Amino acid sequence: MADTHDNQVCDKQVHDRQGLDKAAPATSSHRQARAEGRAPLLDVCDLTMQFGGLKAVDGVTLQVHPGEVVSVIGPNGAGKTTVFNCISGFYQPTGGEVYFQNRAMHRLPGYRIAQAGMVRTFQNVRLFKEMTVIENLLVAQHMHAERNLLKGLFKTPGYRRSEKALMQHAGDWLERVGLLEFANREAGNLAYGQQRRLEIARCMVARPRLLMLDEPAAGLNPNETRDLDDLIVSLTRDEGISVLLIEHDMSLVMGISDHIYVVNQGQPLADGSPEDIRRNDAVIKAYLGEE
Amino acid sequence: MPKLAKQTLNTAGTSPAETIPPQPSYRRPWWSALAAAVLTLVLGGSVLGVQLESTGITTTVRLMGMDTWGWLLAAALAVFLHQLVRPQIEEWRARTRKPSRFSVPDVMSGQKRQLWIMLAIGALLIFPFLSNRSAVDLATLTLIYIMLGLGLNVVVGLAGLLDLGYVGFYAVGAYTYALLNSYLGFSFWEALPIAGLMTALFGYLLGFPVLRLRGDYLAIVTLGFGEIIRILLNNWTELTGGPNGIARIPKPTLFNLEFSRRADEGNIAFHEFFGIDYDPALKVIYLYLLALILVLITLFVIYRLLRMPIGRAWEALREDDIACRSLGMNPTGIKLSAFTIGASFAGFAGAFFAARQGFISPESFTFIESAIILAIVVLGGMGSQLGVILAAIAMTLLPELAREFNEYRMLLFGLMMVLMMVWRPQGLVPLKRPQMELDRG
Repeated sequence: MADTHDNQVCDKQVHDRQGLDKAAPATSSHRQARAEGRAPLLDVCDLTMQFGGLKAVDGVTLQVHPGEVVSVIGPNGAGKTTVFNCISGFYQPTGGEVYFQNRAMHRLPGYRIAQAGMVRTFQNVRLFKEMTVIENLLVAQHMHAERNLLKGLFKTPGYRRSEKALMQHAGDWLERVGLLEFANREAGNLAYGQQRRLEIARCMVARPRLLMLDEPAAGLNPNETRDLDDLIVSLTRDEGISVLLIEHDMSLVMGISDHIYVVNQGQPLADGSPEDIRRNDAVIKAYLGEE
Repeated sequence: MPKLAKQTLNTAGTSPAETIPPQPSYRRPWWSALAAAVLTLVLGGSVLGVQLESTGITTTVRLMGMDTWGWLLAAALAVFLHQLVRPQIEEWRARTRKPSRFSVPDVMSGQKRQLWIMLAIGALLIFPFLSNRSAVDLATLTLIYIMLGLGLNVVVGLAGLLDLGYVGFYAVGAYTYALLNSYLGFSFWEALPIAGLMTALFGYLLGFPVLRLRGDYLAIVTLGFGEIIRILLNNWTELTGGPNGIARIPKPTLFNLEFSRRADEGNIAFHEFFGIDYDPALKVIYLYLLALILVLITLFVIYRLLRMPIGRAWEALREDDIACRSLGMNPTGIKLSAFTIGASFAGFAGAFFAARQGFISPESFTFIESAIILAIVVLGGMGSQLGVILAAIAMTLLPELAREFNEYRMLLFGLMMVLMMVWRPQGLVPLKRPQMELDRG
């Protein structure tokens, strides 16, 4: 039932965005939304990352379409985070291509990729711990702020407006993730689950098109995981962004993903809808081991 | 109702032990008050009650007159009485204080704070006219260190880039003015902005290759930079005069009015213009006021920068540069801006230093200067402006006040640093996070 609901959301956004996207050749995919002949938001082709003699990632290909939640799963050490680091520019991939909104990303430094609209979180929370919660969210909007030094020094009306908009935006997101009362608290003093939520809010105020979450449920209790689940669904539904997710928590992945890629030992193992993956023998083998 | 009756009793000062749990300071007001009074007498007596007198080459300690000691005794008595009734006063204040809607950690509200700042500036403006010449001179030196400390604070305290060669920028600023003046005849006011720009350029050029380094490596390279500048100035004799330095650097003028006994060709002296007698103290006062204005401008600019996106980015970069990158901030650009802006303040300070001294040589720009400026930043509390000011005052005043300990200066300096790190590693006045109010319906 949840699946059909997601479907409708996707279709609606397809409809909204059809005029904007230039038509590109359809990619082979089982999903109706994917088969409609739209360009994917993120298109990763044959990504390879070699550290000396070790091929950490070998020929991974994946696509994220607007409004989708796409997950990358795999056993420990499968190279999921390396895939993430390559896409987000923290590693320079040794081979393959990454296109985001039809622009090549695979040679750009990390901050340029973030500016293009791909913002990520980290496996271990990376907040600005000694700054307050609200400051974290203000910093995150750096690329949207009025950065002209003279305008700032003399507090021109344009600068004031910009700063006010940043505060407003930050406040809205704090309210949304339920951290408004902690606005002036130092981020490092928040509880772990709150820090996780703040990190997602910090990404969201940067106004991304694609949110990349690296194991967002790690260390959360079942209740918090459920909240996170709702939050991610609401992001795609209300904000119209796409989410690329690395996750261990199977219930989370199966519940919210539109499409799942399985990586094993750096190589793509399978991809498909949650149903397909659940039934895939190769995946079960990789996760549970062979008899 | 019985509660109310008890409270009225308390106001009368009897404070029965059943209603108020005895706190250490409340229990024996007599003893703590006596201790405070004695402490006042000892501290005040050692600072004000004795005078150092130099006869020939020896220094003797002389007790001050009766009136000074009378005032000291009065002060001790006042402290004693205040300590005695303090519990009552605090209790009364706690009762009359209105409960505030928010418990904001900042003690002072905006208006009260502004009032204090105004009062402080007013006092600093009046100070030179009431004080003697050497005190004003010392205050000017302190102001230079405050400016240097504030500038380095941007680089070290906020952006977290350990810069051990800050004195290099100071030297660049000083030599920019000295050279522009001696070769091209630039006045102080013409050279000041150029000195700022020149140091900013040096900061940029140094920062470009260096900022890929981190922590220790950055510290070593900047240390080298400071030394290179000094050695270059020392050896480029044709241009800089080498170890002989550059002398006869003119003092700043006030709208072309000079503060010397006889003005240079084509200029008018200040005292002639106003038809007053020549007073050498006027020059010192003018320099002091100029330094004060420069410091106030520096304070204002950095205060604003801190609350602007760039200032927040500096701090964020200090905290976590990987997270910064993931949010679309270019770490190199942000570090460069901190380095460049921080350096330019050293340039202004340097140009002013050259004008004040009238003579500069590479000897003024040794590593120990860098160390002192860094100590000011660390001592004050990384990132905190008020802390930097207090630390700069302490670092310049203490050596002057304790001249007889001159030989042990470095020892005391080291001891102070160690004690600070043990007891107050966050500095005198640690940086307080700005509290923001969100407009929510």
